[in-house]
Amino acid sequence: MTGVEDLLRGLAPRVLGALVRRYRDFEAAEDATQEALLAAATHWPVDGVPDRPDAWLVRVASRKLTDQLRSEQASRRRESALPVPLVAPAADVPVHEDDDTLMLLAMCCHPRLTAASQIALTLRAVGGLTTAEIARAFLVPEQTMAQRISRAKQKIRGARFTVPADMRAVLHVLYLIFNEGYTASSGPSLHRVELVREAVRLARLVHALLPSDGEAAGLLALMLLTDARRPARTLADGSLVPLAAQDRSLWDRALMSEGLALVRHTLTHARVGVYQVEAAIAAVHAEAGSSAATDWAQIVGLYGVLSSLDPNPVVTLNLAVAVGMADGPRAGLAALGPLSGDARMVGNHRLHAVRAHLLEMAGAAVEARAEYREAARLTTSVPEQRYLRGCVARLG
Amino acid sequence: MKYLVMIYGNPRNWEHPMFLHDPGFLALPAEEREEVARQAEELRREITESGEFVAGVALADPALTRNVRGRDGVPVTTDGPYVESKEQLAGYFVLDCESPERAASIAARFPDARFAAVEVRPIMDMAGQEM
Repeated sequence: MTGVEDLLRGLAPRVLGALVRRYRDFEAAEDATQEALLAAATHWPVDGVPDRPDAWLVRVASRKLTDQLRSEQASRRRESALPVPLVAPAADVPVHEDDDTLMLLAMCCHPRLTAASQIALTLRAVGGLTTAEIARAFLVPEQTMAQRISRAKQKIRGARFTVPADMRAVLHVLYLIFNEGYTASSGPSLHRVELVREAVRLARLVHALLPSDGEAAGLLALMLLTDARRPARTLADGSLVPLAAQDRSLWDRALMSEGLALVRHTLTHARVGVYQVEAAIAAVHAEAGSSAATDWAQIVGLYGVLSSLDPNPVVTLNLAVAVGMADGPRAGLAALGPLSGDARMVGNHRLHAVRAHLLEMAGAAVEARAEYREAARLTTSVPEQRYLRGCVARLG
Repeated sequence: MKYLVMIYGNPRNWEHPMFLHDPGFLALPAEEREEVARQAEELRREITESGEFVAGVALADPALTRNVRGRDGVPVTTDGPYVESKEQLAGYFVLDCESPERAASIAARFPDARFAAVEVRPIMDMAGQEM
């Protein structure tokens, strides 16, 4: 990517946001923004980048959009012979770049949309990925992804666009994008690394725009600390390496220290939230030289905080693993107790995998083997199944 | 998460869409038949527009099946379906849905579920979580 292309990609959401705020028509604003970006890509390498590239783009895009509105109105007038007032305001209104980007993000993550549509629209409108790129990352045909995006635009047509009081919905969508990319960052799905990169880039953007939002900082830290483990979490053949067995010398030091600094800063300055606690847990792992040297008691405490902020079965599961490490496998198994009657966990392979792991630690090889086998049967992930089958074989 | 939705049909009246030629469907009053057909059309539109439809095919008559089996290291090819059964795989859809519940509720709305059978199975993912 050239310098101009990079610059344009960074500016695109601001320009689109400015146009949407002003003209309240997402599709027309997107077309006009695309045209302005195209014009910039043609002119800037020859004429040089203007002093205020964002203002230049907003001006050009506004002109394209008002031209389009005028010609549409002209044809409507011809058809209906009724005068229609032209609503386009002046094109040189100053750019509220920060608010515009946040508003655009909030709009892409509108509660009226399904998660799949929120993700697609965010990557398209703010991430600046092409529909084909997004489709490839999610392993669906381009036509399917195009449908999701166009459906999303239809659904938010006419919605009021403002910067919301809290960015929870936006952060959640960025979290989903990151997870989608992170769980697939090896083997045949290597190209999904793009999603991780986009999620981190957008989380950085939100954190930069809202530096005092503790959860925005927490999410960015969580992403950095998790992504730092990527080189160690799979082998060359795509098979999974559990956290305890990872070669920690492969962890990305630069990402780790950036994540750690963010966690330390936000935990002392902001009100605590879910992403911050998850980042703090990732930070405890990052600071440990090995699984055995990990401060498991602290992790148990953090999962306790997490389950009071957001009680759910997955947190209970992770808490049980930490309890098993801190106080021994029998205590861990006892902590799994509340989940055995939980309807949400029926058929969930992770419950069986955790129980198997704790039973193995406790020396109950026969029972552990049966649980690993059940987990392997229930997972729908090929690498997880291979890993769990390996555990069955090891105990055989 | 992606799901394979398999549509089964009666091999005696092989014509797509299968349910339109099912004896159970044909026995319905005209009004109800129209309603079922309209709902089926609506379902197809809904899953296309929502971006859940990934792929789908209609299969040819089971009589055109070629069976291939290895015997003593030599592949043997025979004509016709391997199993003569009342219901044969007629076609499939690949859907990308938010939850297994959503996939099952879509499957239940295919008219074939009422007159023959529809099966939903999760498709394995190449992605995996850290254990």
